[in-house]
Amino acid sequence: MAESLMAGKRGLIMGLANDKSIAWGIAKTLAEHGAELAFSYQGEALKKRVDPLAGQLGSDIVLPCDVGDEASIDDLFAALKERWGGLDFIVHAIGFSDKNELRGRYVDTSRGNFAMSMDISVYSFTAIMQRAEKMMKEGGSALTLTYYGAEKVMPHYNVMGVAKAALEASVQYLAEDLGKDGIRVNAISAGPIKTLAASGIGDFRYIMKWNEYNSPMRRNVTIEDVGKAALFLLSDLGSGTTGENLHVDAGYHVVGMKAVDAPDMSKG
Amino acid sequence: MSDIADRVKKIVVDHLGVEEDKVTDNASFIDDLGADSLDTVELVMAFEEEFGIEIPDDAAETIQTFGDAVKFISEAS
Repeated sequence: MAESLMAGKRGLIMGLANDKSIAWGIAKTLAEHGAELAFSYQGEALKKRVDPLAGQLGSDIVLPCDVGDEASIDDLFAALKERWGGLDFIVHAIGFSDKNELRGRYVDTSRGNFAMSMDISVYSFTAIMQRAEKMMKEGGSALTLTYYGAEKVMPHYNVMGVAKAALEASVQYLAEDLGKDGIRVNAISAGPIKTLAASGIGDFRYIMKWNEYNSPMRRNVTIEDVGKAALFLLSDLGSGTTGENLHVDAGYHVVGMKAVDAPDMSKG
Repeated sequence: MSDIADRVKKIVVDHLGVEEDKVTDNASFIDDLGADSLDTVELVMAFEEEFGIEIPDDAAETIQTFGDAVKFISEAS
């Protein structure tokens, strides 16, 4: 029975790096429920990591894509079309910023890194949906990943917070444009998770502790927690949901101040 | 060999898939053990998890060899 949720559905996972990746939690959950998966990677260092993970989930479709390059995105979708014809879902787990600007002050962000962060972390999702739309003739579901640093100021998140705010806004516009064709577009705002990408963010261990002590559930979330929410949004369970930003953060986004029972913390 | 060195060696051997006797004090992760730049970040993350410590970026950049890693972790934990 569990397999039927994603049975017969084919989807592309973009931005898997290793077995700590949120994209891995999502891919595993989807595969467990019967989805057929393809993966894209950027660069040989990541191919080396994605190949065995894709193999673990029974996928042999691992394709290169540099989302900063229109021709590369075209090539990816041409290859997918040849292999599958159509597409049912997409997971966009891609973001990038110069890590030197993910500490210190936002106000010091350079023009160059601002533009690059917006291009890779925000526009790429729109660029992908331009191509995916044509392959989702019978409707589909797309998912991107965001963070609470888009809504409120979080330490060191800086230009990524601004980029994620733009990404969340673009989810709403994409949902409107594509909704009449039965394509749903949603985001998951995950709590902090120790991934390769997070290693670029300053004081991340402190941020995780703070979330653990102060979220209503008094814990951090796992890539499996995110995987289950993704299953909802990408399967027919989410058939009436689009333009949504689903918080998978143990409830942290509803909190107004430090929990009374949370211990005092120094940065240490 | 200290307990810390044993645990660090196990992580390095598992992660990079190298022979244990190649992991000497002076063995450079990148030059001698075949690590790429993402491996070095993943190793630092694995050390942090194993030993419950935080290795800041500027410190991580100084950890080039197995010996560097053991020394840093011994001092931090």
